[in-house]
Amino acid sequence: MNKRVKENEALANPALAIETKGLFKSFAKQTAVNGIDLSVPKGSVFGFLGPNGSGKTTTIRMLLGLTSPSEGVVNVLGQSMPANLQSVLPKVGALVEGPGFYPFLSGEANLKRLDTADRLADPKTRNERVAKALERVGLTVAAKKKVHAYSLGMKQRLGIANALLQPRDLLILDEPTNGLDPQGTREVRNLIKSLASEGTTIFVSSHLLAEVEQLCTHVAVMSAGNLVSQGELAELRHMGQSRVSVTTPDVDEALALMTNLGLIPVVHEIAHSDSSLIAPVSSAFEPEVLAAALVAAGVRIRGFAVEEPSLEERFVSLTGEGFDVFQ
Amino acid sequence: MSFSNSAPAKSGLGLSLLASELSVLFRRRRTWAMLTAVALIPIFLAVAVRLSSQVLVPGEGPPFLDRVTQNGLFTGFTAMIVAIPLFLPLTVGVVAGDTIAGEAGQGTLRYLLVAPAGRIRLLLVKYAGAAAFAAAATVILMLTGLLIGAALFPVGPVTLLSGEVITVSESLVRSLLVAMYVWVSLLGLSAIGLFISTLTDVPVGAMAATVVVSVVAQILDVLPQLAPIQPWLFSHYWLGFADLLRQPLDWTSFGQNALLQAGYILVFGALAYSRFSTKDILS
Repeated sequence: MNKRVKENEALANPALAIETKGLFKSFAKQTAVNGIDLSVPKGSVFGFLGPNGSGKTTTIRMLLGLTSPSEGVVNVLGQSMPANLQSVLPKVGALVEGPGFYPFLSGEANLKRLDTADRLADPKTRNERVAKALERVGLTVAAKKKVHAYSLGMKQRLGIANALLQPRDLLILDEPTNGLDPQGTREVRNLIKSLASEGTTIFVSSHLLAEVEQLCTHVAVMSAGNLVSQGELAELRHMGQSRVSVTTPDVDEALALMTNLGLIPVVHEIAHSDSSLIAPVSSAFEPEVLAAALVAAGVRIRGFAVEEPSLEERFVSLTGEGFDVFQ
Repeated sequence: MSFSNSAPAKSGLGLSLLASELSVLFRRRRTWAMLTAVALIPIFLAVAVRLSSQVLVPGEGPPFLDRVTQNGLFTGFTAMIVAIPLFLPLTVGVVAGDTIAGEAGQGTLRYLLVAPAGRIRLLLVKYAGAAAFAAAATVILMLTGLLIGAALFPVGPVTLLSGEVITVSESLVRSLLVAMYVWVSLLGLSAIGLFISTLTDVPVGAMAATVVVSVVAQILDVLPQLAPIQPWLFSHYWLGFADLLRQPLDWTSFGQNALLQAGYILVFGALAYSRFSTKDILS
């Protein structure tokens, strides 16, 4: 913290719930976060993506004042961190790197305990707020059970309940669906949607891309400590290229026709003597023209699709393939 | 969603965290296991003395042991002397070493800090919890001693070290003073444990280190070559409560001990603060 950068006054942008400038964190020998500029708009559901070890959790810890940046500035809800954490954090609910609870206390007692840590939390409404938070994550029945008897998914829900003890302006959720079954995942997704519709900004880190695609309005991608992409989800997706895919047994005719139209198809053989011809297309491409031409030429079309680039492809192209852990 | 309006200036000292800390500490099975073990010391001691037919020569065994058979009120003092060198520091080491490292180890530290508990406030509350445990341990030890002593041996006016005889009620006051003396003696060690606890995320390590520190201090205290530094060891006055058993009551050693312990609390409290306030919480 000796190196803590002087508070910067000019930066705070009122439209942003989280803003970092040149955020840098290094531990003994390695750089965990390499000068990132995050901009999380108020009211967004912001997906924070990246492979394991790419610096997501370290960034989240700096947002919450658990660790201090080696360099750079962090503003959360318009105030610089960690200098103002006493006034910022009561408005922020957080789930950081998995739930952490006292195993010998019940779920309810755990929430009460953590609620007392917030000096601004009103003791008079504590029981009521705890009960409400438990209900919101479907743990009312297990409220009196000791946490050591909870399953991983139940602990995860309790962690989310803890983030919801107060009405929050910002929720920072690190891997919120980790360990949840499909129903639980769905419920958490719905919960996030309903919180977002109430106006809470939600910053959610994940590597479940399908989930991010369903939930988020904005996305940032981390790779090896760098922020490699950031923006609206649609924008990020459109950076990839759409493709048209035609499934037909009449490969030669279709190939010739598509080539004539200026496409460069690749043939993939699939079952029952059918093949798929897949070609990248530009945004000016009109699928109906191709379809009409194919039909006019007597090509038997058994499948026809224009595929948007998936977030997964985009993600892999940004962060690299394989299991290699950077650094 | 206007949270700031719904909680008007209800900040104050935030004592509910302290209440919660005490309730978590004293709801824990481990705490009661240790307090039970503490209570068993005078019980074993009294039962052993009662069952043995051997008549003790004054000066044999721990101090005051020979007096227990004549006056049950001495059981508490004797048990205290038996427990001070190792057993009480052991239990205090467990609680003080667990303060921060225990929360870190089970992953609750980050949630307390994000709440936000405030790092200084959390340290103070944690120290208060450790001090409350030390108080509970010494008081329980003394009370059990008095009760079991009264149950197994005759009770009467107590002959003090200076020869005067005091009434039973006066001797109960002295017993509480001795318990208080021992409690104060353990406060310096609690501060050392708190500091060690800020250094690691492994509670067992912090507990063991705290206990080792207390043992090492006592060893240094008996090496004649180290006489110049011995008055500065936090364990130096641990067994010095004999002054409280004289008439008139002599507060000298109580005062010296309290001053020394206050010094340790200041130094190790400052170290714990400087370490914890800037620590990267990675647990």
